[in-house]
Amino acid sequence: MRITCPICGERDRREFYYKGHAVSLDRPAPDAGEEAWDNYVYLRENPAGETRDLWQHEGGCGAWIEVTRNTVTHEITATRLVSEAKS
Amino acid sequence: MDKLTALSPCAGLLPLTIGATKVVEVEPGQMTSVAPYNGQLNKLSKAMKAAHGVEYPQANGLTREGDTQAVWFGHAQAMLVGPVVEAGLAKHAALTDQSDAWAVVALSGDAAENVLARLVPVDVRLAHFPVGMAVRTQLQHLSVSLVRVDEGTFQIMAFRSMAHTLVHDLKTAMEAVAARG
Repeated sequence: MRITCPICGERDRREFYYKGHAVSLDRPAPDAGEEAWDNYVYLRENPAGETRDLWQHEGGCGAWIEVTRNTVTHEITATRLVSEAKS
Repeated sequence: MDKLTALSPCAGLLPLTIGATKVVEVEPGQMTSVAPYNGQLNKLSKAMKAAHGVEYPQANGLTREGDTQAVWFGHAQAMLVGPVVEAGLAKHAALTDQSDAWAVVALSGDAAENVLARLVPVDVRLAHFPVGMAVRTQLQHLSVSLVRVDEGTFQIMAFRSMAHTLVHDLKTAMEAVAARG
């Protein structure tokens, strides 16, 4: 498996650390209510298809990367820097 | 107090020549990490050029002037190697002295690419890794900076505490490549 780091280019999977679903980029407002926070903290989709993950290029440039991949075909369709996704 | 003798990170370990490759320790001088503040990259690059003769490097790149190098060192970070950093750069970037934190070695020789091919997960052939390219990657389990300083020579920086491991991994790969004749 190879992941294209937006800074370093295509690299081996061993250089990356896996965080989990990119849901943590969409943190609810402090007053969003119990249900929104319950969803954010505990509930996760388990999609057969496209999903977004956070990976850190730990063994490379150190950047956090949002990876869009397909859980069925293992295809990686897009990567972008979290710093750009947030701005 | 007794007079203390400074030891380099690879003292007693290098130089090492096996087959067609050689590793020597490099004494880099001062090393300062330079992390530009938001929106300050252009000003920083101009100030570095004026003070040290090197601009802030592009991603995966290196700028150098004489013995001074500015090595790209990751997301929004470069390492200034050689001179004592000009204090005025602190207006544009966070500066951290890391002089004693890194072991720096140079790997050279006809089989240098073959040795690295056993250790790092990047393509180090000249066509893909030209002179002046500087990447962060892993050498076995070590996080390193790898730079091709000229056609036949790679500069490798690893954490000083990992100097023995670095030399051990290089030595093992050099022996394996040499054994193939």
